[in-house]
Amino acid sequence: MIEFTLNGEPRAIEIEPETPLLWAIRDELGLTGTKFGCGIGQCGACTIHLDGEPVRGCLTPVSAAAGRAVTTIEGLDPDGEHPLQRAWIELSVPQCGYCQSGQIMSAAALLSGNAAPSDADIDDAMNGNICRCGSYGRIRAAIHRAAALREEEGSA
Amino acid sequence: MTALTRRGFLQGTAVAAGGLVVGCASPLPPAPLAGKAQVSSFDAWLHITNDDRILLYADKVEMGQGTFTVFATLVAEELEVDPQRIEVRHAPANDAFKQPIQSTGGSASAAGRFIPLRESGARAREMLLAAAAERWDVDVEALRAEDGAVLHDATRRRARYGELAEDAARQKVPREVALKSPEEFRWIGGEFPRVDAAVKARGQATYGIDARVPGLLTAVVVRPPLRGGRVISFDATAATALPGVEAVFEVPTGVAVLATNYWRARKGAALLAAKFELPEGRRYDSAAMRAEHERLLREEDGNELRHDGDVGEALELAPVTLDVEYHTTHQAHATMEPMNCTVVPGEDHVDVYIGTQTPGIVQDVVADILGLSRSQVAVHTEFLGGGFGRRFFPDVPAEAAEVAKRAGAPIKLVYSREDDIANDFYRPATAHRLRGAVDADGHPTAWHHHLVAPSLIKYMVSRMGGAMGPEWLRGTLNALAGAAGSVLPGMLGPVLSHEGAQDQPYAIENVRVASTLWDPDIHVGIWRSVGHSNNGFVVESFIDELAHAAGADPASFRRGLLAEHPRHLAVLDLVVEKSGWGTSRKQNQGIAIYESFGTVMAEVAEVSVRGDEIRVEKVTCAVHCGTAVNPNLVRAQIESGVIYGLTAAIKSQITFRDGMPVESNFHDYPMLRMNEAPQIEVHIVPSNDPPTGVGEPGTPPIAAAVANAVFATTGQRLRELPLRLATTDA
Repeated sequence: MIEFTLNGEPRAIEIEPETPLLWAIRDELGLTGTKFGCGIGQCGACTIHLDGEPVRGCLTPVSAAAGRAVTTIEGLDPDGEHPLQRAWIELSVPQCGYCQSGQIMSAAALLSGNAAPSDADIDDAMNGNICRCGSYGRIRAAIHRAAALREEEGSA
Repeated sequence: MTALTRRGFLQGTAVAAGGLVVGCASPLPPAPLAGKAQVSSFDAWLHITNDDRILLYADKVEMGQGTFTVFATLVAEELEVDPQRIEVRHAPANDAFKQPIQSTGGSASAAGRFIPLRESGARAREMLLAAAAERWDVDVEALRAEDGAVLHDATRRRARYGELAEDAARQKVPREVALKSPEEFRWIGGEFPRVDAAVKARGQATYGIDARVPGLLTAVVVRPPLRGGRVISFDATAATALPGVEAVFEVPTGVAVLATNYWRARKGAALLAAKFELPEGRRYDSAAMRAEHERLLREEDGNELRHDGDVGEALELAPVTLDVEYHTTHQAHATMEPMNCTVVPGEDHVDVYIGTQTPGIVQDVVADILGLSRSQVAVHTEFLGGGFGRRFFPDVPAEAAEVAKRAGAPIKLVYSREDDIANDFYRPATAHRLRGAVDADGHPTAWHHHLVAPSLIKYMVSRMGGAMGPEWLRGTLNALAGAAGSVLPGMLGPVLSHEGAQDQPYAIENVRVASTLWDPDIHVGIWRSVGHSNNGFVVESFIDELAHAAGADPASFRRGLLAEHPRHLAVLDLVVEKSGWGTSRKQNQGIAIYESFGTVMAEVAEVSVRGDEIRVEKVTCAVHCGTAVNPNLVRAQIESGVIYGLTAAIKSQITFRDGMPVESNFHDYPMLRMNEAPQIEVHIVPSNDPPTGVGEPGTPPIAAAVANAVFATTGQRLRELPLRLATTDA
């Protein structure tokens, strides 16, 4: 039995410990917002947070989550109103949308440690996430927009 | 329970022409589910509930290109509601949407639905007005529709559409409706956000791979390394000993492993020790293909597609001639969502959950394999995690149906990324010999283009026939389609591969375009912008070569040859202005202009070169796409097309050795990433013409724009994709 918290809820699953978190979350725990893209840590579609740090769900065994906090796109904000999510909607970032959960989770980790990232900071944090629809320019703009939203709301 | 206003929708069917219903006897699709509400159907697309929800079936699928938003806009414009209020869902596979196949492609969704969906909204509006007039016993002329309600100003009465829907659907369907003129548009041309942005930003959008039903098993299939191979033996002992592995069996395409989750299925698949017999014959090889392509370019004359004037004489007489070869390479689609399909067998029907560009073909293929009628196959189209042409092909649902047939249980077939890349219908690799001449005044006098390429229809049409006609004709129609796919290329040459080559627009007196069909005997298919994706590179690079041979500015040179093409001139002038073309600081720019899917694009790329690395800094685009239903979405599609084409231009390729693709995943088939993505500006030529395509036209010109910029920057003319600078190591 492996126990961890998933989006704030305590969960316990009986599963082979080497099972990647991606598949434990999607197939066993039923949260499908986290996506499968490559299985080798190259595309970032499965990016989730482990104790707030971004990890690739396809390469992280579920055993590594024991006793720790796992956050997925569904748990990023209780109302789905994280500044990044609002900025993503405002700027119509998603096209097919399949990579966007991973993009937003990578961006959220960036913003949590860097309130006003530069373009270079964004490149560094985001170049592990592939978008075949080519929404990169809008992702960059939306990260800046989310940083500004947080700043406005923090100072209000 | 959902109740339907049956009389209303039968009436609606009879007149709901608009290019939608083929034959007047087509039934309407089942109305969308709306909880306890009563649903009134106005036609196959538009449904209104008595609790005031407006539901729209999109019969063109949402794969990122924005159909949900555009379709909501078109209906809303004439219905007089906020498009954000319209709940858009994927239409089920249904004969009401056949024309002649229910499918999405060719950048045709907004263009093809621009009038029919507005008519749908306008008809419903008229019927709602008529229902209110009847209810209040007033003259319909005294009523107006506004913001989802009918108003009678004289008595200050107001009824929401939901209150009127049931009565409205019973009204006589207007034979003709007046549509707004462009000056009256309130929503068309507006920039409001995508209607699917919120679910996609919150992880709530469901794609095919997210299907969940009770008792679902995940299936993976271990296939022979060459298509057409056969299973000789496998050993299921080790796999079935794993926890959660429920079944292992042979299917026509390989060996299926079924487990309670994907990881378990994948682990089981690794333990099969499967042996395969591989097909005899030639094994496709990229290096051998290249040699063959070069031989054909030199020895063959090609089948003539176009001949104006006398190219031979013009080439002989000219003081300056060019004779060069271009080569392009295979690409995989690599949609972010790997291929998958869920098939859920029921008592006397099956449910299929899939992100597909061809719900109509999926329904027919699954029915055929499972021995059911099409009406017994419910296709639930989910969001597509990218399409780009890959999800046009029904190979994946066919394989899923074969697995479900033997499993007798709900299964979700899931491809790994490696499966996805190894089993694609690739962009063709093509070869081109270009000869051109320039006279003493710097005027081009000859253009001779001979291309060697495969036909792209062979696999595309092979299962199309059955879906087009009645079920009892399926076998015949499939056979006919298959024969057409095999025979037509022999008559017509490399169908689809040559699009854009023979109709290059430049006013040159002597033009010959010819093609030689060469079949690589691997699965090739339609890849975003299809034949244009290669020909855009070739045509727009070679016209640039002629410009330089003439000592002319590449933009001015093109302008001089495009006098008969006002839309080309419009985008050319706009891109020149916006990109700062020709100003002294811009020595690193390349330009390309190209028409595809009815849309004309101009792109100016700015590059920087460090060592042998090409970096694209900025791309300025001008597009003429008629009416931009949502300019924000148009810009997004052009940005997307540029990145997609740029990835193929400078990053990656699929090569073949011993019949198999060498590349397998994103480590050796790299995609353009954020730190490599250029700044992209898109400028739209204002127009009230009918809309033309935007999903694909951004892709064809970009490789040439970059190659032309590389030439301007380095003096190296790159004639091969992906573009690679000669290494400078001494």
